[in-house]
Amino acid sequence: MNPIETIPADKVIVVRDLTKKFGDFTAVDHIRFEVGKGEIFGFLGANGAGKTTAMRMLCGLSKPTSGHAWVAGFDIYKESESIKKCIGYMSQKFSLYEDLKVWENIKLYAGIYGVPAKEIAPMTDDLLHRLGFEKEKNALVKSLPLGWKQKLAFSVAIFHQPKIVFLDEPTGGVDPATRRQFWELIYQAADQGITVFVTTHYMDEAEYCNRVTIMVDGRIDALDTPKNLKEHFEAKNMDEVFQQLARNAKRIEK
Amino acid sequence: MSTVTASHIRKKYPRAQALDDVSLDVEEGDIFGIIGPDGAGKTTLFRILTTLILPDEGSATVNGLDVVKDYMKIRAQVGYMPGRFSLYQDLTVEENLNFFASVFNTTLKENYELVKDIYQQIEPFKTRRAGALSGGMKQKLALCCALIHKPSVLFLDEPTTGVDPVSRKEFWSMLKRLKKQGISILVSTPYMDEASLCDRIALIQNGKFLKTETPKNIVKDFGSELWSVKSDNMSKLLKDLRLNKEVETCFAFGDAHHVTYKHEFLKEEELKAYLTNMEHTNIYITQIQANVEDCFMRLSGKYMI
Repeated sequence: MNPIETIPADKVIVVRDLTKKFGDFTAVDHIRFEVGKGEIFGFLGANGAGKTTAMRMLCGLSKPTSGHAWVAGFDIYKESESIKKCIGYMSQKFSLYEDLKVWENIKLYAGIYGVPAKEIAPMTDDLLHRLGFEKEKNALVKSLPLGWKQKLAFSVAIFHQPKIVFLDEPTGGVDPATRRQFWELIYQAADQGITVFVTTHYMDEAEYCNRVTIMVDGRIDALDTPKNLKEHFEAKNMDEVFQQLARNAKRIEK
Repeated sequence: MSTVTASHIRKKYPRAQALDDVSLDVEEGDIFGIIGPDGAGKTTLFRILTTLILPDEGSATVNGLDVVKDYMKIRAQVGYMPGRFSLYQDLTVEENLNFFASVFNTTLKENYELVKDIYQQIEPFKTRRAGALSGGMKQKLALCCALIHKPSVLFLDEPTTGVDPVSRKEFWSMLKRLKKQGISILVSTPYMDEASLCDRIALIQNGKFLKTETPKNIVKDFGSELWSVKSDNMSKLLKDLRLNKEVETCFAFGDAHHVTYKHEFLKEEELKAYLTNMEHTNIYITQIQANVEDCFMRLSGKYMI
């Protein structure tokens, strides 16, 4: 692989033979893909397939063993600090500080991501208005229902207008109606040109992505639109596609 | 005969009414699913039924024993797998099992037949510390530990949360095998698609049971015609369907939108003409049977635009 290869200008994430080994265990095995601006990119795979390891490398949190990747035009080896400034991240497990108020959480994250202090207050009011959370401005985050927390956490993750937002199982355990509202927020963000990189265990949500990858044993075994994947695997829905591919996993679960 | 009963249970925490007048009745040998989102009250109900906390009001029994008065007896007869991984991280797989067996005055050898199916899958890692296992393996170990004293009732609190679809299927086939051995199982889950694998289900939201029924009857009682609608532009389709005055509700469900109509029935041609007029192509409209998720949204009063 030639590291001087030019990065396609319209691609926000470019991954070339990215590999991560832990001892003699290959967690991520020569993965290659590109993600376009404003795309909703679904990153699926069984537990232990290597999704989290791959995501950590793309966020600049873990050094690859070999291969290359550029995120928002920055090299993940040399420019990981620049990457961190132009991405947002949220997961089911870590999102907001429970003992801070709603507005305090927003101010904290906005500050960390370098939003100018003067702009934070009016942007906060605007955000709470859009979410219909005006009354909860002074509420402690721990008093909010889970679905609200997740919607707020997502909004906070894109508050600084990142180029890419990484979502790690953002809707786990959320009620069905709120799960759908959450996806409407994802669509809005994508319409604004934010690229969305999302993992989920809900296969109906895989259908909402522009393209979907399915990782098996550290490799990318499928990458296409949900429609093409279903045609190719002669499957009724994405769950069947997933079951067919993930059943091929040989790796003994660690 | 009922294995587990609950009658008008209430439980209040300082910040929330966790359970509000909950009653249930689990037949011997049934898989009974408690289905609802995080924070609905599932864990509180499990803790009351496993005698770990007391209800404010109401009563409950397990194997005919009262959860307040006879708690010591109940604890010897039930297996409990809490939602959070609750094994000893610093003990190995084998040490965890032996520990839980010895607490109940038994041994792995004595009940090996019961856990064999599941234990064999983790046996190659028996000297590994529990904390170093993957999610799927931890779940199997926890299930073995909950079974080691041959309980007649198993309480599984969200055993499949965060687990991928393939491992979830495997887990449910393990439950089917346990059911065949005569064990009654109460299981909670936020995944609506797991409902059809239960004999009966209760849908729970905000501390209240919305409905208790067989999965078949739940979907039969949806109470409205339901239509599946597709076109080449699904995100515009969602907005356009919601703009239509005759449409009562419209939600994304995977690769189609599910639509109910305000009045008696949908005139397919009319809707098709409306959508064609809105520049949709490859329009596909067909009547479908509601699934448990449709029913949950309708019953929880959130099935609104």
